[in-house]
Amino acid sequence: MTSLNSPFLTSSALLSPPALFFDGVTYSHEEKVLLGPCSFTLDGIGPTLVMGPNGAGKSLLLRLAHGLLSPTEGRVTWSDNRTPRQAMVFQQPVLLRRSAVANLIHALSVNNVPYRQRAKLAFNGLERFGLGAYAKTPARVLSGGQQQRLALARAWVLSPQVLFLDEPTSALDPAAIKAVEAAVREFHQRGTRIVMTTHDIHQARRLAGDVLFLSGGKVREHTPAEAFFDTPASREARAFITGELVE
Amino acid sequence: MENNAFYVALSLLLNFDAPLYQIVALSLQVSLLAVLIAALLGFPLGAAVALWRFRGRGGVIVVLNALMGLPPVVAGLVVYLLLSRAGPLGEWGLLFTPSAMVIAQVVLVLPILAALSRQKVEEMLGEYREQFVSLGMSRARMMPTLLWDARFALLTVLLAGFGRASAEVGAVMMVGGNIEGVTRVMTTSIVLETGKGNLPLALGLGIVLLTLVMLINAGAYLVGEFSRRRTG
Amino acid sequence: MKKTLNLLLKGVTILGLAFSAHAEDYITLASTTSTENSGLFDFILPQFKEDTGINVRVVAVGTGQAFEIARRGDADSLLVHDTAGEKRFVENGYATERADVMYNDFVLIGPMDDPANISKAGSAAEAFGAIAEAEAPFTSRGDDSGTNRAELRLWKNAGVEPDGDWYRELGSGMGQTLNTAAAMDAYVMSDRATWVAFKNPQNLKLLYSGDKAMFNQYGSLLLSEEKHPHLKQAMAAKWHNWLLSEEGQQAIAEFRVDGQQLFFPNAK
Repeated sequence: MTSLNSPFLTSSALLSPPALFFDGVTYSHEEKVLLGPCSFTLDGIGPTLVMGPNGAGKSLLLRLAHGLLSPTEGRVTWSDNRTPRQAMVFQQPVLLRRSAVANLIHALSVNNVPYRQRAKLAFNGLERFGLGAYAKTPARVLSGGQQQRLALARAWVLSPQVLFLDEPTSALDPAAIKAVEAAVREFHQRGTRIVMTTHDIHQARRLAGDVLFLSGGKVREHTPAEAFFDTPASREARAFITGELVE
Repeated sequence: MENNAFYVALSLLLNFDAPLYQIVALSLQVSLLAVLIAALLGFPLGAAVALWRFRGRGGVIVVLNALMGLPPVVAGLVVYLLLSRAGPLGEWGLLFTPSAMVIAQVVLVLPILAALSRQKVEEMLGEYREQFVSLGMSRARMMPTLLWDARFALLTVLLAGFGRASAEVGAVMMVGGNIEGVTRVMTTSIVLETGKGNLPLALGLGIVLLTLVMLINAGAYLVGEFSRRRTG
Repeated sequence: MKKTLNLLLKGVTILGLAFSAHAEDYITLASTTSTENSGLFDFILPQFKEDTGINVRVVAVGTGQAFEIARRGDADSLLVHDTAGEKRFVENGYATERADVMYNDFVLIGPMDDPANISKAGSAAEAFGAIAEAEAPFTSRGDDSGTNRAELRLWKNAGVEPDGDWYRELGSGMGQTLNTAAAMDAYVMSDRATWVAFKNPQNLKLLYSGDKAMFNQYGSLLLSEEKHPHLKQAMAAKWHNWLLSEEGQQAIAEFRVDGQQLFFPNAK
């Protein structure tokens, strides 16, 4: 398995991420086509919200984009052949059995950040996401919302050019949702491209720059946010927005 | 006779005489060292089998699991044949020494530590794999992280290995020879005293051995619980 | 590969050295459980050490295993009680010399009520015959040891082929066999030394002994330097000769359990 990230740069300014191309991408499992074929381009910094009913293939698309899965057919490529630094946050935060700050330091060490810089970067990351007081707290003892913010802090210290989020707030209460969305905006302000799945239309309205709408394993629409919510082009999208059941 | 044995055990513990002390000390040294070596070899082995796909992987897992039930006397016999002067490693001159006993017990304990750590690591991979790959970890890099994260479960695995080592007699008897003052340990002493018909003493020694193992397990449990509370 | 093996060897040797903090002079003696369990070695070895400064490390196993250990070169010296086997050992070149050291006898043990009435027997053959006829439970070591072979010879002399539910072959050492006999209330043949030192007789008693056919000879063997050049030949020779010497023979004679002499020196 090769690393998905290019070597870590200590510069705080992010290079703008290359564009992402899906070219005739299909993903099948045991002869059944679960996603695709789809072709689209993501450039700009989004935030791109990937929406659609359950089973539409949103999580698959995210994983194909991040490189966790390989397409059965077609190609996933980046412009100029530059694979950017990426990070991903999952629906359930995956944290190690150690303190909050130790989790961040671990991520930094995995990415070969020089030893002496790790603690400082880790503590700064915690502060930014309001977790400074919990540095020494065992990560698994934190609340769901705090854990998710910790996962985001971990992604932050790696200075990703692209951040993938897979329904990061579906298990959280409203206050926690607000805090996580604020964190996502921080990434956006820094220049990180956001690609995020959600089934919550209101969340999409709050965050989206553009929307990638899937249903039945196919991309039905890829439009700027306003256009999508005001005048959805596809039948499935219209049904979805009005809350009708869509298969 | 059972009452007799408890009194014998108690008096053994209270008048901890030099020969008994030596036997207890040797038993602990041999088994603890064997478990340590088996862990240094077995945990990375188990983690590696969990992490990498390769041809024959299923077979390796089956063999490791099966070897958990390796009869101690068979392990002893195999190590004896290897270390005997007539055998391939005879030049090392290790037969009838505590080192041979450690080797034989490593052979016994290694499959347990490898098989159980493999299972635990594989379980954890289900939860961690995607995040680890996302963070940019190679499979080799995942190994120490997974093993450390599994440390509470692995502590229990270590205790299982230690239990196996300290309880067995077949292997250490064969390769050690039960030589007084040199390779005599608790289990072989018990066999010896039983053979002399000295059953209360044999049982008393058994109680001493169990008490010792119980203390070690209690200690490990307390350490584990204390740490676990602190790290969630 | 060779480098790692070399390193491994060094590591293991260091381990070995760490464990043998007492790297004094010693030889490894393969002997039988009867000599060990009776306590004979606990008595005579300290005297040998005083006389020569040499430690004797005793590996006490069944006679068959003792021969095998010596054959493989894992022991420096051998003391067993199977004269025929010892002579074959010399013939096959594994030992250069065997010598009589001491003897005792085998005895017939049985339940106190003596159902086969062997205490009245006039000879070993009669006693064994009586047991077979009464089909009284008999536990045999069944492990091809010196004792076992002697037992089978005695059955043969009695004209009996022991077979049937009453004859139980255990495949065990002397002590375990006695434990089982005590639990089963069975007859059993043992060497006198192990019996006298045995602490779990329960309902068993010594019922018959004295027939010359039950004579039990112990021999010491000087192992061949040719077959196994690494053996501690000089020290082993000292041990062998000490056993045969006045000091050694006297030490053997002085050994007592419950006031009884268990081994009778008979070196020539």
